Amino acid sequence: MPDTPDAIRTAALRKVYPAPGARRGAEQRPDIVALVGLDLTVGGGEFFGLLGPNGAGKTTTIGILTTRVKPTSGAASVAGADVVTNEVAVRQRIGVVPQRPNPDRSLNVRENLVFHAAYFGVARSVAARRAAALLDQLGIGDRGDAKVDQLSGGQQQRLMIARALIHEPRVIFLDEPTVGLDPQARHALWDILRELHAQGRTIIMTTHYMEEADRLCERLAIMDQGRLLALDTPQQLKTRAPGGTLVELVLDGDATAAASRARELAGVSSAEPQGSVLRVYADRGGELIPALIRTAGLEGRDVRDIHLSPPSLETLFISLTGRKLD
Amino acid sequence: MPSTSFTPPSTLRIFGALLRRDLHVTRRELPYFLVRTTLQPLLFIVVFGYLLPRMGFVGRGYGAALLPGIIAVSLTLSSVQSVALPMVQDFGFTREIEDRLLAPVPMRLIAFEKIVMGVLQGLIAAAVVLPMARLIMGPIDALTGAHALPVLLITILGAAAFSNLGLLMGTAINPQQIGLMFSVVVAPMIFFGCAYYPWQGLQAVPAMKYAVLVNPLVYVAEGMRGALTPALPHMSLLAVVGALVVLTGLFWTLGIRSFERRALS
Repeated sequence: MPDTPDAIRTAALRKVYPAPGARRGAEQRPDIVALVGLDLTVGGGEFFGLLGPNGAGKTTTIGILTTRVKPTSGAASVAGADVVTNEVAVRQRIGVVPQRPNPDRSLNVRENLVFHAAYFGVARSVAARRAAALLDQLGIGDRGDAKVDQLSGGQQQRLMIARALIHEPRVIFLDEPTVGLDPQARHALWDILRELHAQGRTIIMTTHYMEEADRLCERLAIMDQGRLLALDTPQQLKTRAPGGTLVELVLDGDATAAASRARELAGVSSAEPQGSVLRVYADRGGELIPALIRTAGLEGRDVRDIHLSPPSLETLFISLTGRKLD
Repeated sequence: MPSTSFTPPSTLRIFGALLRRDLHVTRRELPYFLVRTTLQPLLFIVVFGYLLPRMGFVGRGYGAALLPGIIAVSLTLSSVQSVALPMVQDFGFTREIEDRLLAPVPMRLIAFEKIVMGVLQGLIAAAVVLPMARLIMGPIDALTGAHALPVLLITILGAAAFSNLGLLMGTAINPQQIGLMFSVVVAPMIFFGCAYYPWQGLQAVPAMKYAVLVNPLVYVAEGMRGALTPALPHMSLLAVVGALVVLTGLFWTLGIRSFERRALS
């Protein structure tokens, strides 16, 4: 496998979908801008995560990189091949695990793999050997002759992973691979992904689970509403969360006045009101709680609820977007 | 930056793999395919080609007009269905076609392969229904096997036109409406397709004679008449071939556009 310095490169990548149900004569609805202008570089062999809520543009990004979505403007290449002008070469080099398993239901489990390999020109004997090995490795070695409908959700997801690997691609895309899996299946999948990464493959995964992104990915792109908000290692991103611990106080009324008073307190790096919620970033976290309750009381507010979050991707995300991820 | 070791597998080889997949699935479903394709023509042959002539409601000669039309209906229906139904399923909720859309070939090859399968299934339908019809209806004076080549040509062209129509219908029509489409489009097409009566006979209703020319089935049925019962009145084979070539091109152009719209967002 030749060394490719950049597995993925995008420049000013933009995607606009026409408004649903847009018709001539009908009331004009605005088009949907899924990607605003994405610049991204992923190195060969990297485990890269796209993190963000629904509608962030993650799936659109994966769609463009896997040649299934046409970019409106900008450029993107995978393993050195342009996704628009050289889509066939891109497809040759990638494996894709979709958000929702879409096996070929007319074929059994093993046939799904062997035929998929044949679509990539892999000889049948080679494909059969690889299929057996992959099914074993993924813990569904005894289900080769089963119909795909007889597999559980987790097993179907593993079949999708086996299918994405059968032609030995360099770059593997996984779109929300653990959605709908029980915790056990999720952890099993994490182990599989770590092993694939250890084999030197480039992995690009989307997720909206902070913990998953934190544990697996070497670098993370945090996206929201089609924009890249931050891009770094999980470790670096966490240190960028402002002022350490996030203390959220739910008050019995508007938090604006309490916020300006809270900013005066020692150890508070920022305090923002959002309706009746007061978000305070503080170095010392818990120690500040009595002072914050007193502060709110001075403004005539009672505290209804308190949440403490240690520095995490979650607190960073909230500071970047003003919203929680889930 | 691009690697030098990349050698794509040949397009022909991948086309072969796509075809093998469909042959594998079709072979397993062959009994259902045969029932689906032959039951309706069989019933028609029994009632109109066997019972009614014996009851004296239709002349003995009717069989000669009916048989080519029955072949035309069988082959066109099986072609259109064999492409449209998988398309509806593949692009529907399950998105099963994704695993083929990821193959390293131009996307239209995936659609083209379905067309080839549709033509093949049209050929099988014609090959099964023709002897069956002859067996049930008994000897037909005007029927000749002397023009095997024109029969094959009309079968292939008719199957190609209707496979492409299947590509268009299967990709352009909302999955929920596919049943409705078969009743609203396909049923009138069969009844006004000159399958159960020769085109010449429509001279009795001249407006109808020209109106039905928009119906692609007319050309397949009349072509079959020209090839199987050349002694009886039929449309010129040249006109039939010309019309079918044009229709095939038209349906492919519209069908592949619709296919790519569904495959690429």
